Amino acid sequence: MSVITRAIRTVFLLELLRGMSMTFRYLFRKRQTINYPFEKGPLSPRFRGEHALRRYPNGEERCIACKLCEAVCPAQAIVIESEPREDGSRRTTRYDIDMTKCIYCGLCEEACPVDAIVEGPNFEFATETREELYYNKDKLLANGDRWEAEIAANLKADAKYR
Amino acid sequence: MAEVQVANYTINFGPQHPAAHGVLRLVLELDGEVVDRADPHIGLLHRGTEKLIEHKSYTQAIPYFDRLDYVSMMCQEHAFVLAAEKLLGMDVPPRGQYIRVLFSEITRILNHLLNITTHAMDVGAMTPVLWGFEQREILMEYYERVSGARMHANYFRVGGVHQDLPDGLADDMYEWAGKFPKFIDELETLLTENRIFKQRNVDIGVVSAEDAMDWGFTGVMLRGSNVPWDLRKSQPYEVYPELDFDIPVGKHGDCYDRYLCRIEEMHQSASLMRQCIEKMPDGPVIADDHKVVPPRRAEMKSSMEALIHHFKLHTEGFNVPEGEVYTAVEAPKGEFGVYLVSDGGSKPYRCKIRAPGFPHLQALEFLTKGHMLADIPAVIGSLDIVFGEVDR
Repeated sequence: MSVITRAIRTVFLLELLRGMSMTFRYLFRKRQTINYPFEKGPLSPRFRGEHALRRYPNGEERCIACKLCEAVCPAQAIVIESEPREDGSRRTTRYDIDMTKCIYCGLCEEACPVDAIVEGPNFEFATETREELYYNKDKLLANGDRWEAEIAANLKADAKYR
Repeated sequence: MAEVQVANYTINFGPQHPAAHGVLRLVLELDGEVVDRADPHIGLLHRGTEKLIEHKSYTQAIPYFDRLDYVSMMCQEHAFVLAAEKLLGMDVPPRGQYIRVLFSEITRILNHLLNITTHAMDVGAMTPVLWGFEQREILMEYYERVSGARMHANYFRVGGVHQDLPDGLADDMYEWAGKFPKFIDELETLLTENRIFKQRNVDIGVVSAEDAMDWGFTGVMLRGSNVPWDLRKSQPYEVYPELDFDIPVGKHGDCYDRYLCRIEEMHQSASLMRQCIEKMPDGPVIADDHKVVPPRRAEMKSSMEALIHHFKLHTEGFNVPEGEVYTAVEAPKGEFGVYLVSDGGSKPYRCKIRAPGFPHLQALEFLTKGHMLADIPAVIGSLDIVFGEVDR
């Protein structure tokens, strides 16, 4: 670069003006931000969000207390206790997930042989107190009832890859 | 009037300083505005990962690697699964290898985009970080589509990757990788020739090639000093020998050269992404060995033997033959290595993690001595340290 061009660049702030014209052009581009609580970004069927315990279509809970999720959980966030129910079937009496321990790795969903525990599409479950994040069986089943349509659709969409 | 000797002034830079890129407590002794001594105190993000991994099966250990350097997640999973596969003597199907390399390169772009733009922000430029995050958002969406999580993917598995790419993802990535160089050019318009950026970076934190090697630098820190050393070329793993790419090197070893290296590496990574997608064969993504890899879901639900394997692999895990192995990958920050010792059980006996940021950070005093206080953020920015991996 000759001395003259360098001097011209320095005096007339050419590279700064080029940069600023670049930012100015961005002003007329498509808006990239979204108005979050009202607009949301896309989520794939594989998204790993809040946990839910699913039921069979006849209302029977899926979980058979095999405790695979408890065993595979790297953060040891899941605690299960089980007893035979009156009709003799093996069910959980306690199914707790400590959502503050959970690392959302998805291994519980992978391990579950009956598709009972899943990580659903919900990611908006912030709470005001810590205690509210200690989920018990009722809360997880309620989540399952609330999100069943989405969860079933996601599992169906992803079935061929699983 | 007699000359007054003013004592040096000691300040704490961090641990809550935005330019410290995490929780670095840097004790600085300043002579006026000149740095006399820089003493990094680390360990504020120590989580005992190495010890935790000793109590986890090999599958359970993978999520911990995402959380080391939390901006180059999959590259670290890569080092760990390569180590386990080496001990097991396992082969990965070609499609699995291509997907891994593809996502390693996406990770490299993710990391460099964050590093370049935050480095620019440390020296006074606000816009690049906003533009860079727009691109990072797209890449994290690819992460999410393939693994279900935007950052902590837990996607690489011993023997391959967890699931195949969903339909349409490869096309989207191919198209994006074609458009991305144009974005890098826009970024360069803002930074490369900018006089403020150059004044803050040229001839700051100079490392000679010998010093870089003596201090144990790897990655861009070494290549910026004109040492063409890249594990992808020097000891190729996976399908890198089949791909065509160049290793950019710097000339002077200053912060500016390291910035230029990272820019060029993003170009190379975008081209590697396209090559991977073009060359990717069909076939399985994970090895077909049910002693290590859990069976597919449909099989697990219909075959008793598969169900037994499924239960066995998700409780005890798989046993890895006795032995020790060191594998390293070229993570975006440098050589990320995993030294794995197995006693033949289903959990690693010892897992030593070689984080590239650690040797870079220990050279901080050497790099900044004699510089001004204001140069410290520029040097830290170009060191590209993340405390998840330094403190482990």
